[in-house]
Amino acid sequence: MRTKKTLLALLIVLVCSSLMFAGTVSGKVTYTGTPVKQKPIDMSKEPSCAKQHATPITNETVVTGPNNGLDNVVVYLSSGAPDDGQVPSQTITYTQKGCQYIPHVLPMHVNQEFEILNDDQTSHNIHPLPKVNTEWNKSQPPGTPPIKEKYDKPEFIPVKCNIHPWMHGWFVVLKTSHYDVSKDGGDFKLPNLPPGKYTITAWHEDYGTQTADVTITGNETKDVNFTFKAKAY
Amino acid sequence: MTGAILFTSVIAVLLVAGLATLASAQDEPLVGPKPPVAVKPMESHIGNLTGHAADAKSDYRRYCAGCHGVYGDGNGENAVWLDPKPRNFTLATFKCRSTLTGTLPIDEDLYNSIARGFTNSNMPPWNTFTKQQRADLVAYIKIFSPRWEKEKAGEPIKIPPEPPVTIESISHGQALFAKLECWKCHGTHGEGDGPSAATLTDSQDQPIRPYNFAGGGNDSRFKCGSTNQDIYKIFMTGVDGTPMPSFADVIQPNDAWDLVHFLRTLQVHRHGKENVVLMAAHGVIPPYVDKNAAPTAAPADNKAPGGGQ
Repeated sequence: MRTKKTLLALLIVLVCSSLMFAGTVSGKVTYTGTPVKQKPIDMSKEPSCAKQHATPITNETVVTGPNNGLDNVVVYLSSGAPDDGQVPSQTITYTQKGCQYIPHVLPMHVNQEFEILNDDQTSHNIHPLPKVNTEWNKSQPPGTPPIKEKYDKPEFIPVKCNIHPWMHGWFVVLKTSHYDVSKDGGDFKLPNLPPGKYTITAWHEDYGTQTADVTITGNETKDVNFTFKAKAY
Repeated sequence: MTGAILFTSVIAVLLVAGLATLASAQDEPLVGPKPPVAVKPMESHIGNLTGHAADAKSDYRRYCAGCHGVYGDGNGENAVWLDPKPRNFTLATFKCRSTLTGTLPIDEDLYNSIARGFTNSNMPPWNTFTKQQRADLVAYIKIFSPRWEKEKAGEPIKIPPEPPVTIESISHGQALFAKLECWKCHGTHGEGDGPSAATLTDSQDQPIRPYNFAGGGNDSRFKCGSTNQDIYKIFMTGVDGTPMPSFADVIQPNDAWDLVHFLRTLQVHRHGKENVVLMAAHGVIPPYVDKNAAPTAAPADNKAPGGGQ
């Protein structure tokens, strides 16, 4: 009986502490060196998309911001936080608009359902190229319902449209719900971290990965920054 | 006396076992990764035939490994010379299926692929094998990917009976060909020269050409079989590992038959029922009129385009 009570008390303390002392890791992803100039995309073969862009858009392999900020870097907890297997319930979407993938990089939890939408006046085929998960390839003409899918193993999956060869994107399937994609000049934030020792990984599709260790002790915000070396070509 | 006999027989048994181990050890290559020690007890079921992986080991090594590799990874010694590349069985991605995209094919799909071979590739029709040999080989290629142990084969798609070919069904098929943008790769006349054709690559980054319907005079050039049902299956299941996607979610079953009828007319040298119907209509496919669409404006005269039969 006493042990039960002690356990219950301990549990309450634990739950409260995790609620009260939720740490945050935030920071900025930057690059050094000179990134390759991203080429403008010639969409003349798909006029319905070309006219959506006043000036031609460029590749999104490397997207930079002011002060050497690097966008589209997936920052996530790679170890330290046991995955509770809780699949986030919010629906995430991957939209094809103007013959472009929005967002360019879509992070998701293992087994989290996501929707693929076609906002264009042209057919796309969505062809993710996984190695660990199962490969499929589906056509999505304009005005057809969203394609609902999920992946059951963690993996970085390149996505392409065979009809429009310039279209490239990524599905990033993670075994954690603590992740963010750097944006607005490389900013990222991982909130709601219970106290603990973590390894944080930053992944960029062209520049590779980097890791940093961080310890969260209580209700605090830790600053973690990543710097990637830009590839010359 | 009994002791001596027992002793001799024990020695004999040990000797035989030792020799057997030695013999099997000699089959293994001296360098490189070791092949799977024992053949996984995979099975295949085609009709009332049951294939056993273990029974296909020597056939596989004799006839298949040269291209597909001893480890099933498509890296046999001939592979560098081949285009298209031999199938990599470790990925368990197959072109010719009767199941939806992303699912494993049923055993019969693989069995038929072995017998049919692949046109425009170095895979010949293996009709020299007995049915049992083919069934065993289907079981054997399952040892190369763990997917065969974890997943069930997909459910074969349901194909409704083929409606009669009419000029209307061909006309509707043509409208679908335009609407679904098949022509982006296959070209407006199905000659494989659409605007995206030149940039296509398969999932291994090898260049790949879209199918040219107009070339050749007979049906044998279809990779996954030449009946109307086979063509129906192709665009509903997609050709996994290639740019050809599945249209199963976007084409209604009967619309799919209309598309098959139109695709047949792209085979301009083929004397099939579809081209007979087209000839009867003086070789002109009338523009498609959607009977279910809300009427917009009454035609000015009674000459609706095409008319019908």
